[in-house]
Amino acid sequence: MEGIFLRIADFAKQLFSSLNFGPEITSILMALFHVSAIIGFVLLNVLVLVLLERKLSGYFQQRPGPNRLGPNGAFQTIADVIKLFGKELIIPKAADKWVFILATIVVFIPAVMLYAVIPFGKKMIAIDLNIGIFYFIAISSTATIAFIMGGWGSNNKYSLLGGMRTVAQMVSYEIPLVFSLLGVIMIAGSLKMSDIIAAQKDVWFIILQPIAFIIFFISSIAELNRAPFDLPEGEQELVAGPYTEYSGMMFALFFLAEYANMVSISAIAVTLFLGGWQGPILPSWMWFVIKLYIMIFLYMWVRWTFPRIRIDHLMHFNWKFLLPLSLVNIVITGIGIKLVNWLNWF
Amino acid sequence: MNGTLEPLFFWLISAVIVLSALAVVFMKNIVHSALFLIVTFVGMAGIYALLQADFIAAVQILVYAGAIAILIVFAVMLTRRGDIRASNPFNGYAIIASLACLAFLVVTVSMIFNSGFEIVESVGKSVVEPLAIAMMGDFVISFEVAALLLLEALVGAIILARGVKKEQ
Repeated sequence: MEGIFLRIADFAKQLFSSLNFGPEITSILMALFHVSAIIGFVLLNVLVLVLLERKLSGYFQQRPGPNRLGPNGAFQTIADVIKLFGKELIIPKAADKWVFILATIVVFIPAVMLYAVIPFGKKMIAIDLNIGIFYFIAISSTATIAFIMGGWGSNNKYSLLGGMRTVAQMVSYEIPLVFSLLGVIMIAGSLKMSDIIAAQKDVWFIILQPIAFIIFFISSIAELNRAPFDLPEGEQELVAGPYTEYSGMMFALFFLAEYANMVSISAIAVTLFLGGWQGPILPSWMWFVIKLYIMIFLYMWVRWTFPRIRIDHLMHFNWKFLLPLSLVNIVITGIGIKLVNWLNWF
Repeated sequence: MNGTLEPLFFWLISAVIVLSALAVVFMKNIVHSALFLIVTFVGMAGIYALLQADFIAAVQILVYAGAIAILIVFAVMLTRRGDIRASNPFNGYAIIASLACLAFLVVTVSMIFNSGFEIVESVGKSVVEPLAIAMMGDFVISFEVAALLLLEALVGAIILARGVKKEQ
């Protein structure tokens, strides 16, 4: 069970090299194989997550949720997808056509690229970069571009306002998010994902860095634009924010990217705070999935429990509370590391 | 990636960079220009990645490409009143501009030919650690001065934008 996916990858590698295209083409084919495996993983998760979200929201609001199609509504997602495929793609006449269409593709590029450095299990990482977590931060910083493209390209005032809000919110909350990760990086002494996991062999970083975990959790919700920080969409004030003019599969792509981002940020939380794929008895990838879904459940729990906060509160909370707190956390972590080193010295 | 395909990737990325940089200048719409600027920056990151400088590549994407969204926000906020389709006009300084460009070209080309490039087959395993030690150790003063300068610029921008409140 442990090496099942590694064996599949080995098989694919043997298959590609048996075609005798030379090492260059083989490595490109392997890269394509990795990418398609990642996209498959994302789509499979989204399929589960859409149903999970609807079921959980039903549970939290004391109603059954979808329960007609299949056993207990299990096939609801299939019906949803068919409905989305059948819908007409409407491009507004006043929209900036290319920017409007490209935004749906651009939103998906960073969402997929982030998975390159996620360790799904023992030795199950597409590229174990030296700068691992920094790559994640750099790529996720470009996620705002698609929202402002969609918001501006729609040529609709609600979309534009939503796009502006997205940029303001995501840029602001990125700072405490990155600072909260610094504490972990300082203790692990490396940016490499495999080193960070190895450093958590005895004790998970959520125990050493509880404040950092809470800061990370809060600001990651804001990065995902999910309630209680879903101001960019804010349906009561902005219709649907940047998504207002999108229909059918173009809207679905934004939706897909949001879930893909939720999975990847949960995976980062698992890797940096919950010990990654490490765990007894069960195979490593199964531990990863279990921890991943615990994180996703937390996101959904918050999503359906708290009301949306006001835009000025959102900014104040970030700049006047989260940011100073994350700075203090870095200083305390530094002192702690020095103290531990000093005690070990005796 | 070091092999026979590397030159191919280099030329492909270079073509993308040059074409998108030209598009930045020639696009009539300022938002389109900004979007092409993203392509240019990502292409530069690709060149860095080809040179195995993955830290610089990530910094390039984080600092430049990621910040373009803010640039667009400002572009939209500052130009929305007029016609956005003609928000990136040309000015009439063709002669002065070409002179300045020529001077820049001469300086760059002479710099390239005068500096002795040392070709290193493989960069060290981790770039981040020596970089951090250099920044926080040997060059800590200049690092802190740069940080202070940025803070000053930030405060200055806020004061310029909002004005100082007169005491009542």
